[in-house]
Amino acid sequence: MSTGAPAAAPSTATSSISSRFNARNLLREPLLGPLVALVIAIVIFSSVSNSFLNPQNVSLILQQSVVVGILAVGQTLIILTSGIDLSIGAVAVFGTIVMAQSAGAGGPFLALGSTLLVCVVFGAVNGGLVTALRLPPFIVTLGTFTAIQAATRLLAGSETYRVEPGALTFLGTSFRIGSFSTTYGVVTMLLVYLVMWYALSQTAWGKHVYAVGGNPQASNLSGIKSQRVLFSVYLTTGVIAAIAAWAALGRIPNADPNAYQNANLESITAVVIGGTSLFGGRGGVGGTLVGTLIVGVLRNGLTQAGVDNLYQNIATGVLVIVAVAVDQFARRRSQ
Amino acid sequence: MFGKRHTSTQLVGAALVAGTLVLGLTGCGGSGSDEVKVGLITKTDSNPYFVKLREAAQAQADKDGAKLIALAGAFDGDNEGQVAAIENMVGQGVKGILITPNSSTGVLDAIKKARDAGVVVIALDTATDPEDAVDATFATDNKAAGVSQGKWVKGALGTAAPQVVMLDGTPGGTVDTFRHDGFLEGFGIANGSPEIVGQENTNGDQTKAQTAMENILQRAPGINALYTINEPAAAGAYQAIQAANRANQITIGSIDGSCTGIADVKAGKIGATVLQFPAKMAELGVQAVVKFAKDGTKPSGFNDTGSQLVTDKPVAGLESKDTAWGEQNCWGKAGS
Repeated sequence: MSTGAPAAAPSTATSSISSRFNARNLLREPLLGPLVALVIAIVIFSSVSNSFLNPQNVSLILQQSVVVGILAVGQTLIILTSGIDLSIGAVAVFGTIVMAQSAGAGGPFLALGSTLLVCVVFGAVNGGLVTALRLPPFIVTLGTFTAIQAATRLLAGSETYRVEPGALTFLGTSFRIGSFSTTYGVVTMLLVYLVMWYALSQTAWGKHVYAVGGNPQASNLSGIKSQRVLFSVYLTTGVIAAIAAWAALGRIPNADPNAYQNANLESITAVVIGGTSLFGGRGGVGGTLVGTLIVGVLRNGLTQAGVDNLYQNIATGVLVIVAVAVDQFARRRSQ
Repeated sequence: MFGKRHTSTQLVGAALVAGTLVLGLTGCGGSGSDEVKVGLITKTDSNPYFVKLREAAQAQADKDGAKLIALAGAFDGDNEGQVAAIENMVGQGVKGILITPNSSTGVLDAIKKARDAGVVVIALDTATDPEDAVDATFATDNKAAGVSQGKWVKGALGTAAPQVVMLDGTPGGTVDTFRHDGFLEGFGIANGSPEIVGQENTNGDQTKAQTAMENILQRAPGINALYTINEPAAAGAYQAIQAANRANQITIGSIDGSCTGIADVKAGKIGATVLQFPAKMAELGVQAVVKFAKDGTKPSGFNDTGSQLVTDKPVAGLESKDTAWGEQNCWGKAGS
């Protein structure tokens, strides 16, 4: 019904962008492409559906993005070091089971503590195998993914555990800012992004992460302890997985060993759509936030428009390929 | 010069994205706002059972002048996907949601929010726990279906001393438990009875069932009666049984009523199956939502959509239909 308006949108965007930005900016700012895509998607959906931009719906999109959005921060760190983490979702699911079970035994704070510990240990295992044994992250995390998924079912006895409302479901609690109602989970997600953005862009550690990912040999020669930086990245990812586990129980107060099976891949999708290069050293968490929101906006908007599930997945798949293609072109041109 | 090229690369990407979106939207423009919107959320997209459910819902919606929005979880256990689907449907103003819950407890909070927002929620195929978390349930009485399977296997076995193997689905699954317990009741034994010589979880998956059966045949070669959670599990078990040259010595019962399963019954691979009626669940569900939209009447309680024992080897005293009838009433395509 309104194909005219969306068709016009890209061309308006074209003229304003090409006049303001040049190649250097685009290469330095891989954020720009995803941002344009997000704006276009929002323009299209708000023209198709009146309710798309109402505060309630925007809040929904954010709430639906929380778990994968947090995991994607950890995934961004790993991918920036030219690695990949296939286990991050499985670690978080394991975390939810630990949290639910230990809450029954020792209360919510012991539960949060033991979840953090367990997730960091998994991060250390991944990081140790990648740094000490110099194994490729893809294979290491494929192995830990398979093992952790099975361990989750063993631990849970393939049962689901309902979590009592309280500290463990706190991130699902909503509050209002004016007419906008949102959850503490959304705030937590944004905080995780903010902290990691600061760490990556404003600290020496962040510079080292980019250096290790962009060119490990050169960064070694320049005196950066590459393996130590890499290991710290995997540890941090463990912490982030624990936060995601907490947020997951806020969203659905039910620890389910079968839940979030696609979270690993969805987090990679968000990172890639957000413009972070799979070759490492290029991109950042800002892009990942945009990538996460693009996926959330697509799912919500296409549902509002009455589009079938499978078409939604096709749209996401196309986006991933487009994003990688754009990254490839940008890299090739810059060489 | 270079600048222009980079810019255009990025923008080609953005334009492609926009194109995808527009493409996705063209199918759905121009829907009137007075139409009753009905949401359908199945467990997954990947099972012909749910395809049948969805096609029947679509047909009924077309007949009643309603608009059907169909979404699904990405995999068995995808609570997050189903919760997001519920939220998005409520945001879109559906009158009612028909859902086959992935976990009987995982989606309860989202269902409550939907009902609080004035949406009627109906469970199809799988009940929630507690059952009154939804307005009504349209499903097979899986216990009764299990009883039919158990009675038939017992009857077909005759006077032989039973050595029973149970190929279950997922431990703790609501449907799985009902079928399992129903079978035991119909067969006349109890959990833990010495007649049960083997028990494995197959997730209703053909490959896993085959592996499980191969192992069981090594361990308990004397088995003569087999319970299967569904027809893919039965087909997998049959592969293993045939490979062990035991094809005609083990009585296999199953549940589902897919056209592939009926074909297996006809070919003698499965002894008998109990056919369910997914189309009926979907039709009744859509009708109930449309009725609610018209006059505010809410459906309630558990509504059994029935099941039917199908076999070409009828057992005396046990009502059954033959595979010719099964072929007329099955769901999905044979051989798929």
